[in-house]
Amino acid sequence: MTTEDEFRADTRAWLEAQCPLSMRTPMPEDERVWGGRHASFRHPDSRVWFERMVGRGWTVPTWPREYGGGGLSAAEAIVLKEEMQRLGCRTPLFGFGISMLGPVLLKYGSPAQKAEHLPKIARGEIRWCQGYSEPGAGSDLASLQTKCEDRGDHWLVNGQKVWTSYAHLADWIFCLVRTDTGAKHGGISFLLFDMASAGVEARPIKLISGASAFCETFFTNVRVPKDQLVGRLNDGWTIAKELLQHERGMISEIGRAIGATVPSVDVVAQRYLGDVDGRIVDPVLRDAVARHVMDDHAFQLTLRRAAEESEAGAASGGLSSMFKYYGTEQNKRKFELILKCAGHAALGWEGAGFDESELLACRTWLRSKGNSIEGGTSEIQLNVIAKRVLGLPD
Amino acid sequence: MSMVLNDEQRMLQAAARDFFTTRLPVGALRRLRDTQDADGFDRAAWREMADLGWAGVLVPEAHGGSDFGYAGLGQILEEGGRTLAASPLVATALIAAPLLARAGTAAQQDRLLGPLAAGERLFALALDEGPRHAPAQTALRATGVDGAWVLNGVKRFVLDGHVADEIIVVARTAGSPGSTDGLSLLLVPANAPGLVRTRVSLVDSRNVADLEFRDVRVEPPALIGAPHTGYALLEPVLDGACAGLAAEMLGSAQEAFDRTLDYLKLRQQFGVAIGSFQALKHRAAQMLCELELTRSAVLAALVALDARRDDAALLASLAKAKACDTAELVSNEAVQMHGGIGMTDAADIGLFLKRARVAQQSFGDAGFHRARYARLKGF
Ligand SMILES: Cc1cc2nc3c(=O)[nH]c(=O)nc-3n(C[C@H](O)[C@H](O)[C@H](O)COP(=O)(O)OP(=O)(O)OC[C@H]3O[C@@H](n4cnc5c(N)ncnc54)[C@H](O)[C@@H]3O)c2cc1C
Repeated sequence: MTTEDEFRADTRAWLEAQCPLSMRTPMPEDERVWGGRHASFRHPDSRVWFERMVGRGWTVPTWPREYGGGGLSAAEAIVLKEEMQRLGCRTPLFGFGISMLGPVLLKYGSPAQKAEHLPKIARGEIRWCQGYSEPGAGSDLASLQTKCEDRGDHWLVNGQKVWTSYAHLADWIFCLVRTDTGAKHGGISFLLFDMASAGVEARPIKLISGASAFCETFFTNVRVPKDQLVGRLNDGWTIAKELLQHERGMISEIGRAIGATVPSVDVVAQRYLGDVDGRIVDPVLRDAVARHVMDDHAFQLTLRRAAEESEAGAASGGLSSMFKYYGTEQNKRKFELILKCAGHAALGWEGAGFDESELLACRTWLRSKGNSIEGGTSEIQLNVIAKRVLGLPD
Repeated sequence: MSMVLNDEQRMLQAAARDFFTTRLPVGALRRLRDTQDADGFDRAAWREMADLGWAGVLVPEAHGGSDFGYAGLGQILEEGGRTLAASPLVATALIAAPLLARAGTAAQQDRLLGPLAAGERLFALALDEGPRHAPAQTALRATGVDGAWVLNGVKRFVLDGHVADEIIVVARTAGSPGSTDGLSLLLVPANAPGLVRTRVSLVDSRNVADLEFRDVRVEPPALIGAPHTGYALLEPVLDGACAGLAAEMLGSAQEAFDRTLDYLKLRQQFGVAIGSFQALKHRAAQMLCELELTRSAVLAALVALDARRDDAALLASLAKAKACDTAELVSNEAVQMHGGIGMTDAADIGLFLKRARVAQQSFGDAGFHRARYARLKGF
């Protein structure tokens, strides 16, 4: 056996022994574990599963052990992911700390910042939110204006963020602030602070799906300790951009994770359209379903190829934009197709007449529209691919 | 499963790129077309390819082959696709070789595989009888008469049909059209009495012929495998044909895309490069995504075929379907983004469009393979 085979066998055995059977089922969105000071475990087994994975460092498999990670290589992490998928294991802990902040802190954080924040992220003790977008700075993120002044022994922050996901539930924020009004990209810094600080207010906004997942966030004379600025002053854009790459990777996966609680398109089609000898009766929708499932298949193969290429040191740049673009558009197509197959049954808003999965399909269809907006819109991703991968001129 | 090329495959790829760009560039196809070359391919170049071991890529070493496998052949086909190279690679190396190597009798293998690998003997698979790929519709009959087989019927659009020395004929020996049961595979020499071959000129200037069989008589040793079970032998070979053709199509689409990208950076209008227009940028970026997805599907199919994995059929249909859609998208956009130049015969880009459409039809278009994929997946 190769070491990879051994690792796979050990991992499989451990997961089989340690992952409760109830944690091997598709996860409704409200059973996700986000951690934080007000962590809730809606499903009792989710705490058991979470604690076992924390113990193993597998909430953040590739982070160094000293920061609470699992110390796995990229290849081992893929094996872990595959084995978790095979058993249908739920992701034990979600959070922007894991998927976005952690990776850039590992690279740009001071030793003290790493020691302070990373273990708390790994153990799900602190829940983070992302303060990037502002009312006047969306796609053109670098035009952001939230003011951050040097007041000698502290920073003073004033301004407004918007679309701040889960700001009302988060403990800390990583925030882009303007520290120099003379330069656009070169006047931005990357700041961390506690959402419990005086002068921070988060007001939830209701989405078309009915949920209130994001907020308007106001900062009024918020005092932030000097050592909470990451990297160099006015060099935050470098970190911000890199973090976006991690975010884009996460969004194409999150869409998938949410999607996983809804049956796959072919199953929905068979249920609502009927089948003869297992064959979807409607030939037009059958072709559309096949196209969709095949694109998914090819996309999965591409994610896999990219992972293997980067493992072999041959990664091509700009891929995170491609995956973000394709994965989110594909997720939107999935729900449109489910609507076409299920008809009125997938258009129920609430109450009687619909089963859980039908109501969920409708809400998730609406939520999926945000996938191609959050983390940089599809149009922005195409701009990035055209420029960075294809080298097309501005 | 490995989705990165190994050293041997990378070397093959480099050698193939070198060979095709220097020896069979797009101009070579143009020359064959304009001189109305009787063969439709360059025999000297084919001998060189055979010397490089490419005719026998899927022939076991014991029979004089190089045995690089489907993933190796895929690299060669992809590079050939980049220059639209016309050669017997598909009909002989990609299709006939594995069919004989897997299903042929010992006598057939001893007689044919060596010359095949040496590039001395050419083959054609005579399968379809109408304008669209439909193996189940096979109507050409082979009837047992005095211990021999007598063939009657027509085959259409047979790749390399007019130059092949041996034709592998898919014949109905039982049942009726509409079913893949009751088919048999028969080896017919090209000079058999009663066989009339007529070259057909398709838009891609490559080689196909219509074949008519009038009481063509072959002896029992002509049978490949057991009678009536031909399709079971043929299907995995057709999967290989689809994956290999998809590799060729990927190469052509990638080349058409690369040329278009160059043009977007070169051509100026309104005082700027046309590649600075967002309407074109976004379409270019979308094409890149489709090309990358196709590349993954093609590679996965080739690897699965080499490993004889259970999902090889599924992946072959995935690869062919993606390659068809991507080839159509990219070839259309390539012409459009070249503007008026793209409509001229002097520009190469139109040749990519022409080849794409023919390759899309070979061995099943995207719709055919989506239906097959759905069936294999159980919906
Ligand atoms: C569900 C959800 C969660 C979010 N969570 C967060 C969060 O936690 N933290 C955070 O900071 N932000 C968050 N966002 C904000 C998100 O990043 C922005 O919405 C996004 O960057 C787009 O900005 P905008 O809404 O201002 O749209 P605009 O930038 O005004 O875009 C409007 C339209 O114009 C197009 N457009 C803009 N510029 C160009 C261009 N150059 N070329 C072509 N088309 C262009 C866009 O693609 C879009 O279609 C979230 C958004 C959503 C939907």
